[in-house]
Amino acid sequence: MTFLTLMAAVLALATLGAALIALLTRSTVVAVLAAGLVSLFASVLFLILAAPDVAMTEAAIGSGLTTFLFFFVLGRLRREGAKPQGTKMEGSK
Amino acid sequence: MTTRTAIPLVLLALLGTAFFTLFAGYVPDAELNRTAAYYANQTVAETGAQNVVTAIIVTYRGLDTLGEVTVLFLTAAIVGLVLAHSKAPKGRSGSGFLPSGELLTTGTRMLVPVILLFGAYVFVNGHLTPGGGFQGGAIVASGLLLMLLADPAERFSHGLISRIESSAGLTYVILGLLGMILAGGFLDNRILPLGTFGSILSAGAIPLIYILIGLKVGAEFSSILTSLEETEDAE
Amino acid sequence: MILIQIAMLLGFALILLGLYGALTNRDIIRMIVSFTIADTGVNVVLVSVGYLTGREAPILDTIPVADAAARITDPVPQALVLTAIVIGLGVTALMLAYAYRLFRARGSLDISDYTELKW
Repeated sequence: MTFLTLMAAVLALATLGAALIALLTRSTVVAVLAAGLVSLFASVLFLILAAPDVAMTEAAIGSGLTTFLFFFVLGRLRREGAKPQGTKMEGSK
Repeated sequence: MTTRTAIPLVLLALLGTAFFTLFAGYVPDAELNRTAAYYANQTVAETGAQNVVTAIIVTYRGLDTLGEVTVLFLTAAIVGLVLAHSKAPKGRSGSGFLPSGELLTTGTRMLVPVILLFGAYVFVNGHLTPGGGFQGGAIVASGLLLMLLADPAERFSHGLISRIESSAGLTYVILGLLGMILAGGFLDNRILPLGTFGSILSAGAIPLIYILIGLKVGAEFSSILTSLEETEDAE
Repeated sequence: MILIQIAMLLGFALILLGLYGALTNRDIIRMIVSFTIADTGVNVVLVSVGYLTGREAPILDTIPVADAAARITDPVPQALVLTAIVIGLGVTALMLAYAYRLFRARGSLDISDYTELKW
């Protein structure tokens, strides 16, 4: 019981750190990866909270597919931004 | 400039106060509340499923799940609609990723069948172990994602995806209506025998319904992923 | 007991951090990233409300059916959160699609370039 509590505390700190990185970093790519990390840590926390179903869903959907959705859109934006139209690119600096 | 930074902070401080009041006044339950206790006691007798969460999602709250997959279908349709008019310029087919190497291509060819099999395993066993249609659907979609990464220029048949999706949805509703005719109500799982508790062919229609949900969710996720990734050449 | 408090505090902190990011960022993609963090926070709070100290997951493979009600945690919030996660992906996909459309229309993702609704 105490071991689980200790582990939950460490996980909570790691999650908060990842969330802060996602908010403070200058690079959008790093922010997306850090948000995926927040989801991954949260899914381990769900496992500690006796919710294996939720943990599986969060790991597969929250940290897996969502991250790739962001990367697909960032890739699209980068290609569009590279068009010679003088459009400025804020999405992935 | 100062108001611009101050307003969000004030709003968040108010919200934080509300959260703190909730947190300070929260007393954890020592016992299950009545609804949860009913589910815990009656799930096995009424549905024959080992996984109580699955029983709630598929049977007790089956109508909500039908609504949820409908919302997901609408999302996939709207994403496809929004992106359909924004085809990428000519000569820039494929995604932003560089063509993948030999390693990823070969690895994909070997891994994708295993991933699809694992996804099917997860949703077939939804009533016995953690997992089910939603997780299995996400795993199937991630197999497809791997194929997209290995070959960015690959085009998936939207017809096949939408056919799987719509036939799964139709069968789901028909099973629900059968429940109304043959058993206690819409989406009642007792249209099939409950079987022996703990075996794979048990829990009535739950495995069948969860397989359909898995196919539907997998198809919807795949359609969202492909329509966000694909940059179909204009015309 | 203390485990619930830790998880709940983490959830509330994630909600606040995510909303702060969504309110202060100027880049639309970064706002969407912040929204997904707030979404995760809501899910953590909901699951922690359903957790009962020292109880096991609501899967009756090793737990005898007779004393299930005394040994499993509350399954209802878990079913709720399962739904919320799946819908969360749909919402994120929609937001990203609209952000991409905005970029196509204006060539910018900076929120200060969109001034139609400003007075």
